[in-house]
Amino acid sequence: MSQTTLNCGYVPLVDCAPLVIAKELSFASEEGLALNLVRQPSWSALRDMLALGHLDAAQMLSPMPVAMSIGLGGLPAKVDTLMVLSVNGTVFGVSNRLAADIGHVPFGDAHAMLEALSLQKGKPLRIGVPFHYSMHRLLLSYWISTVPGLTIEEVTVPPPRMADAIADGFVDAFWVGEPWGSVAVQQNVAQLMMSGRDVWQFAPEKVLAVRHDWVEANADIGRRLMRAVYQASAWLDEAQNKPLAVEILGRSEHLSVSPDLIDPALTGRIVPKLNAHPEKIERFLRFHKHAATFPWRSQAAWIASQLGADAGGIQKAKKCFRSDLYRQNLTGLGADMPGASEKEEGALQFETAVASTRGHMILAPDAFFDGRTFDFTDAFR
Amino acid sequence: MKKDLRILVVEPNPERVREIFDALHKAGWSDVRAVAQISALERTVRDFAPDIVLIDLTNPDRDMLEHISHATEASKRAVALFVDQTDEDLTQAALTAGVSAYVVDGLKMDRIKPVLQTAIARFRMMRQMHSELDAAKQALEDRKTIDRAKGIVMRQRNLSEDDAYNLMRKTAMGQNRKVIDVANALVTAADLLS
Repeated sequence: MSQTTLNCGYVPLVDCAPLVIAKELSFASEEGLALNLVRQPSWSALRDMLALGHLDAAQMLSPMPVAMSIGLGGLPAKVDTLMVLSVNGTVFGVSNRLAADIGHVPFGDAHAMLEALSLQKGKPLRIGVPFHYSMHRLLLSYWISTVPGLTIEEVTVPPPRMADAIADGFVDAFWVGEPWGSVAVQQNVAQLMMSGRDVWQFAPEKVLAVRHDWVEANADIGRRLMRAVYQASAWLDEAQNKPLAVEILGRSEHLSVSPDLIDPALTGRIVPKLNAHPEKIERFLRFHKHAATFPWRSQAAWIASQLGADAGGIQKAKKCFRSDLYRQNLTGLGADMPGASEKEEGALQFETAVASTRGHMILAPDAFFDGRTFDFTDAFR
Repeated sequence: MKKDLRILVVEPNPERVREIFDALHKAGWSDVRAVAQISALERTVRDFAPDIVLIDLTNPDRDMLEHISHATEASKRAVALFVDQTDEDLTQAALTAGVSAYVVDGLKMDRIKPVLQTAIARFRMMRQMHSELDAAKQALEDRKTIDRAKGIVMRQRNLSEDDAYNLMRKTAMGQNRKVIDVANALVTAADLLS
């Protein structure tokens, strides 16, 4: 079978793994795709290249297609989310100086951490995030906004420079994707205080995005791409494959960091402080299990509502998460499909079995740290 | 009347800044400023209040610039120029040349166009110069490696220089590889065994 070349943009982070594995373990070529992974210097560059057709597909921060759909963030274009590439996987860390000021806070305690931050006197804390339309920024804003009167300054810093930014005192804290939190720890400039899932237990982090028009015109290529990535994500979530995954990511040209900086995210063992024992974090980074790849329309709605969208905007956001294509294209692979395409976000405190086509689906907890729940189905009726 | 356009260039390399300045000056814009450090970017955007910001597409600070452009009060109407998809040709030219531009005020397209065209031409030229320079450097490096490999073969097999090179070339052809790849392998092996 002749191979169709597909230019796919990505940013070098641990969670680009499904794309790297789809290419390196030949899941893509088995679907007749020559996956050409094109590294991008910034999220804005990636967005422009995708929107203007220099890329066919791209790994995006989950809020990016939503922001574009509702006309925010520079470049209005119709970009669709075909599936979720990863859930969770981010960390919140503070400079060593700030860590000394606030004293001991148990790792992963979002409430205690928030209280410690609100006791800080003086100028508002400067907190680095990778991009304005990122899950990092949304979780940070959501978390901070639960304390009335607490103000912070959000600063965009390219993740590879986060460690330097905190060493220079340019930012006091950061919310960043791995490996860049572990890099800051290894350079002994910061301490990690919690992971993204301590604020929202099941946050869609990266998504596979394409132009709406492209997938309409290239339905079959889109289907094959989704199948390849789906199989790569299933492979990645098998415990016995983790060491090989770390090795492949480490030696590939796609992610130029050493394997010991990739390992924490994939195994969920995060070292919060130089020479400290690793914290074992359940579901630190999920690629596949618990329907992680399913693009829930309610996830898009939550993102849109956090971006300040009105009812019309929320409708548009829901449409750009293509759970319809997911059902259509992945059923043949034996993927289990949930009975609904929306759920009440934040409602699950425990692992819960839900109605699905094959009857095996167990969803992971998706609660928010403050117990709020979000039901967007009313707006849909 | 085009002189009153304030242009900010975000570029860490002073040589490239000079190139862009020269080009813009020649085309008649003199109110041009450059910023190299990300830490100074926010303040400069606020104080200098540029009409247009030019930045290399590959510059990782683009995300930060974008944040500043839509976060600061002073530049509420900021738009990334690539937004202007109506001018497909200019957008494509800017993309391939590697220019990103941010228009910080509600400027008309016809006023921005000449600035961008100047910048695009300059970026394109610099890009080409860079890749030629890189190619030349690489060729020099390759030459050194091949010479070292040749020396190893001459010593080990007691061959003349020409014969050593021919042997490497034949090996490379037989394995469907480049001579430089064979040379690299030889040098690495020799380093390991010495």
